[in-house]
Amino acid sequence: MDQFSPILLNLGLLGYVLGALAGLVFFRRSRAANLGAFGCAAAAAACTGLACVHALLTGAATDAGSTRLVPTLVPYVQFTVCLDPLSCFFGLILSLVALALSIYSLGYARGYYGRKSVGVLGAFYNVLVLATTLVFLSDNAFFFLIAWEIMALSAYCLVSFEHEQNETRNAGVLFFVMSHIGTGCLILGFLLLFQASGGYGFAGFHALGDKMAASPRNAAFLLFLVGFGVKAGLVPLHIWLPAAHPVAPSNVSALLSGVLIKTGIYGLARVLFDFLGTPPNWWGVTVLGLGTLSAVLGVLYALMQHDLKRLLAYHSIENIGIILMGLGAALMFLHTGHPVLASLALVAGLYHTINHAVFKALLFLGAGAVVHAAHTRDMEEMGGLAKRMPHTALFFLIGAVAISALPPLNGFVSEWLVYQSLLQGFGTTSSLIRLMFPLSGAMLALTGALAAACFVKAFGITFLAQPRSTHAAQAREATPTMLLGQGLLAAACVFLGLFPTLFLKVLDPVTRQLAGPALSTQLSLANGLVLSGATPGGGSVSTLGLTAAAAGLLLVPFALWLVYARRTRVRLGPTWDCGLQGLTPRMEYTATGFSKPIRMIFKALFRPRREVQREYDFSPYFAKTLRFESHVEELFLTRLYRPLYGAVWQASRRMRALQAGSLQAYLIYIFVILLVLLLFAL
Amino acid sequence: MSSTAFDFVLQTALLLGLAPLVSGCIKNWKAKLQNRRGPPVWQVYRDIGKFLRKDMVVSEHASWVFSYAPYVVFISALLAGLMVPMVSTQAPLSLFGGVLALVGLLALGRFFLALGGLDPASAFGGMGSSREMTIAAIAEPALMLAIFTVALAAGSTDLSHIVQATLGPAWSLLNPRHVLAFAALFIVLLAETGRIPVDNPATHLELTMIHEAMLLEYSGRYLALMEWGASIKQLVLMTLLVNVFFPIGLAADASPAALGLGLLSYLARLSLVAGVVVLVETANAKLRLFRVPDLLSAAFVLASLALFSTFLFQ
Repeated sequence: MDQFSPILLNLGLLGYVLGALAGLVFFRRSRAANLGAFGCAAAAAACTGLACVHALLTGAATDAGSTRLVPTLVPYVQFTVCLDPLSCFFGLILSLVALALSIYSLGYARGYYGRKSVGVLGAFYNVLVLATTLVFLSDNAFFFLIAWEIMALSAYCLVSFEHEQNETRNAGVLFFVMSHIGTGCLILGFLLLFQASGGYGFAGFHALGDKMAASPRNAAFLLFLVGFGVKAGLVPLHIWLPAAHPVAPSNVSALLSGVLIKTGIYGLARVLFDFLGTPPNWWGVTVLGLGTLSAVLGVLYALMQHDLKRLLAYHSIENIGIILMGLGAALMFLHTGHPVLASLALVAGLYHTINHAVFKALLFLGAGAVVHAAHTRDMEEMGGLAKRMPHTALFFLIGAVAISALPPLNGFVSEWLVYQSLLQGFGTTSSLIRLMFPLSGAMLALTGALAAACFVKAFGITFLAQPRSTHAAQAREATPTMLLGQGLLAAACVFLGLFPTLFLKVLDPVTRQLAGPALSTQLSLANGLVLSGATPGGGSVSTLGLTAAAAGLLLVPFALWLVYARRTRVRLGPTWDCGLQGLTPRMEYTATGFSKPIRMIFKALFRPRREVQREYDFSPYFAKTLRFESHVEELFLTRLYRPLYGAVWQASRRMRALQAGSLQAYLIYIFVILLVLLLFAL
Repeated sequence: MSSTAFDFVLQTALLLGLAPLVSGCIKNWKAKLQNRRGPPVWQVYRDIGKFLRKDMVVSEHASWVFSYAPYVVFISALLAGLMVPMVSTQAPLSLFGGVLALVGLLALGRFFLALGGLDPASAFGGMGSSREMTIAAIAEPALMLAIFTVALAAGSTDLSHIVQATLGPAWSLLNPRHVLAFAALFIVLLAETGRIPVDNPATHLELTMIHEAMLLEYSGRYLALMEWGASIKQLVLMTLLVNVFFPIGLAADASPAALGLGLLSYLARLSLVAGVVVLVETANAKLRLFRVPDLLSAAFVLASLALFSTFLFQ
């Protein structure tokens, strides 16, 4: 095997370490810390990205062995990485996003000059990216868990970066607690695997599930589902996500929502397809069902938000759901013995994974630029930014079209693949289960349409119409590096949308490793211009062809202009105001108003509550002041987590009696426990 | 290849030419049914011609999105139309996308239509956009499920394949799956094209308006493109309905005789559906906005039943 990828990878890892050190060394010198930390991170990301692409395209990934990073003296603990296809694919996602983010951060971190330590931000950022890279690449459960914990801790530090605000501290703690519940489950899961294989190396875990008894195997499935599900933000384990992602600095939010939650997807893909063997049917059904639930609930809650970054965070839950629909379907196809379809569904899920990473990072970067300019996250105080920040607006619009799964961008392509695999799944079994496929497809349609509604709102209220506050009216375009970072991701959205068949080659080794055959040749028709479903005649799509046809059809309006409208003039005029004294921004539609019909239709879910206070002199129709408040309920928070939290609190109050401060009592506890353990050992 | 290019041009011309006529016919027939004289069937062409020649007034609050939206709406509707077989069983762009791309393109047009409604900072536009996106969101699952039902039966999402699969013996047209899915899709058609009982296409400046509210600030050339785009979208959905469920007489080859017969049969079936739309519009009153979800969930239930019957009768 050639050494190109491992050398580049080591260079990249070294780059992150240097970046973190630069941040710490230039602790007090913002400019130097900014350049050092984020410059190193950008270079390192470029190195690791190249390493992964090279390994995937040359086929080096398929026969990659373990590489030791650092020597160790402790048994079982091996600091080894392996550039196998799945790891490389996720490493590629991370590197691509981290490259754009690091460039963006060079401009974004300037906003902290004189206020906060840019060095600390840069150092933790580098540590986070380094740890995430190691999570994707490590091939030893012990090393994996260590990297996993470093990742969680550095993410916690970054979420709490602006810790002066109460909201931020609370979100940080919630993130911390939920993350550790997840880690606990993972440790238990890996212990079960250790018990069966006698080692911690991932190579020994391969297809281990087929050798395990049913009950530890199912227990491992559930433990990993919860452990990785927490990180991915799977409903109902998602509550930390919309709290933690918005309060972090925007470049970090982009990393958290774009890549960090994908570590959960990576873990599930690794465990379910690599370790646990041929799945029983209910695993696939569970994953598909939870994915569908996450998708629909995620987008519904996103619609209710008027905090721009919180809205984006809820959309991450939706997209994780869509990814899991692909993975769940793939599991079901593996169960019924349809490797081609399993490959197709896996390709759909993984394609959506990279797509979501790209457009969600792009949207968060746009939101960061907007929040920076408008000094608030509240959409109700934005507006009119398309005129003041035209480039940011264009990039955000590209992200919005992509995430709403509209042609010709990348979100559409991956959802098209999900639809195809669901529809073809209908024929794989004759049991009633098969109705699940088209019904999930219908729910995916609902999700897509609601997402479009949500992004009409997010883009329309933020960027269009009149500015609703003085800050928004005085907003200025983002700096060139910030625009470059966004531009890179926007270009990636367009590339992944228009040239899917080119990109599918990258996924070939992954499907060969995890599910069935490689599909890139089967999925491309007409020299790769057209993307096809896996079965011949099953349907095809060509975003490139559609774009070309659209360009051709533009001749029609052009001809019309030439014949009829060449002499017409365009005048600027005020918007019609029903004869009043001119429109004010207060008469515009608001984000809350925009989503009101949805709130009313799904009121069983949202339980909206509103309070209106009017003050008037003689008639209620001529109010002097009016106060309006509207709330929706997060069902899982109020119905599941609050009672749970109360129960834990009560239990710990009872337990306090045990810890009374008497040394003799403690000695007795230890003695009793020892006796019990000895009894077990007999 | 050249024949595909020829089909492409021909179908584009058919879409462009026929769409205003269908809108005009519906207006005229509706008036006749309500004992009014009504505008002539050619009125929509005259309107579009007039709009094209007029100067434009663009809102001073609007941004570049406002100016690009009409082109996206117009082109996406045309592209969607090129994926549906109209006169022959082969659609010119069926390789470039099937029914999923069609739904996506219509959604793209709607996305920009709604943004264009929000851009001029008027409360009417926002109201229209909000309602349009809401109704589209709850119509979408019913639409998709109904389409899935036929796609599953044909084993393809390609509309040409679906139409060719439906062209079997005549009695298969009347199986329950077909009828139920047709009913669901018809309700979706009413909602998507802004017909009574969901929206009233004949009103300007009512607080209940949806589609018209988004167009209030458009004038001149842009308005022409928007109106034309809306009528093309209506034609596309009607074509989908008549050709997927009743593809009788569609031309199987490119001979002039077959094409002529196909055109005649297509026009006859199209006017039949237009007539049913006119009847529905005349016999019903507009629903309150929050009653529309009930109608659309009825469509969803019909589509689900269609799907279940696929399961039962196979």
